[in-house]
Amino acid sequence: MQDLGIKVLFQGRNFIRLLEGLWVTVRISLIAVIISIVLGIVLGMIMTSKNPAIRILTKTYLEFIRIMPQLVLLFLVYFGMTKAFNINLSGETSAIIVFSLWGTAEMSDLVRGALISMPKHQYESGMAIGLNTVQVYKYIIIPQTVRRLVPLAINLVTRMIKTTSLIVLIGVVEVVKVGQQIIESSRLTVPSAALWVYGVIYFLYFGVCYPISLLSAKLEKRWNS
Amino acid sequence: MDKEKALLEIEHLKKSYDSNIVLKDISLDIHKGEVVVVVGPSGCGKSTLLRCINGLEDIQGGDILLNGEIISNRKRNMHLVRQKVGMVFQSYELFPHMTILENITLGPVKAQKRNQSEAVSEAEELLRRVNLIDKKDAYPRQLSGGQKQRVAIVRALCMHPEIMLFDEVTAALDPEMVREVLDVMLGLAREGSTMVIVTHEMQFARAIADRVVFIDSGEIVEENTPSIFFTNPDTERARQFLNIFEFDAVKGVKNK
Repeated sequence: MQDLGIKVLFQGRNFIRLLEGLWVTVRISLIAVIISIVLGIVLGMIMTSKNPAIRILTKTYLEFIRIMPQLVLLFLVYFGMTKAFNINLSGETSAIIVFSLWGTAEMSDLVRGALISMPKHQYESGMAIGLNTVQVYKYIIIPQTVRRLVPLAINLVTRMIKTTSLIVLIGVVEVVKVGQQIIESSRLTVPSAALWVYGVIYFLYFGVCYPISLLSAKLEKRWNS
Repeated sequence: MDKEKALLEIEHLKKSYDSNIVLKDISLDIHKGEVVVVVGPSGCGKSTLLRCINGLEDIQGGDILLNGEIISNRKRNMHLVRQKVGMVFQSYELFPHMTILENITLGPVKAQKRNQSEAVSEAEELLRRVNLIDKKDAYPRQLSGGQKQRVAIVRALCMHPEIMLFDEVTAALDPEMVREVLDVMLGLAREGSTMVIVTHEMQFARAIADRVVFIDSGEIVEENTPSIFFTNPDTERARQFLNIFEFDAVKGVKNK
């Protein structure tokens, strides 16, 4: 076995650096996810409103954010803001803004969907057994909405984590960027470094996302048993 | 009977959706222990009548009184009225995230603030009566349509309602499940429950009713005893309506 590319991982602080990069990825995702879930729930409830102005406004926001590739949004916020308004945002801040905008849009649509999919009769049969409005929501509507929402929301979270790899392109040094740096610096000494480094990055993403998927599957199983 | 004060009084009830008038001028008294069956062609407003009684629809005219107290178009405390009026829907509408027992005890415990263990033991007693005690920890999706509808009846009963409303409770069921549900209702009638039943099961209506109310296009066309109504109704419209079912019956026999 000549040329063991794996050794590149153990040169200097390489592995630690990858983990530090992973932390940047996780930190950005985590902040964006929390903002998205909170704002998404609020916006989703607003979106069930019958007011036409509110509907058009929220629909426009949703479609705009969804149709635009995340990369374009990132460039728009990171480069566009600087040029147009002279607002200098760091790459990380830009990333959090973009992923929060995107996550909020997606989350709000999930919340809206879960709320409107609740049959009218569920409200009525709750009222028919003499519950008041607050009790109908507390015991009947909200528990069912949450059950419908959690698997979808978790799916969104893993998508957000994976998509943060795009922020390499606005110069944020997260796990993929660290990987690239390691590969670049050892290009001559370890030609097969790319395979090993990206392989490790694959498992790092897997290690973050898989437990989340497991949790979702477990919750679904518990509620459907 | 007429001298006695009615449990439920409906006086000149009018109901419309925008310009579409559903109930024109309905007056009906229901006495304690009476079983009133409401029949009529689909879209005649019979389900709407039940929904108005239970306050799920607001009304545009007239009054509905329970024990002499006006219960229609209340903005406040309608939930207290609904605790006295049990309603069973066509599509059962059990709460899918709760077990059968939780479905039944939710109202008594949360709405009526009754003691949990007392509510549970009553729920179990009622489930035993409808032969579903072994399903008490199951979830609604594990039950057949007929079983779900029996649970829905128990859920309403457990609130100790003064009157029970049944809105086409067998319409969504497979034929072989209809019987088990109707048997439960016959049992209730025998015990003297006050019931208003909307149904398309004419044989059943005849068997259970103390009085038949025939509604067509939003008004009461005929009120009669079941024996007269089903053999020799006073009005032509009722006769035409019943003919539809006759025809079905003849065809059914031929095919066998």
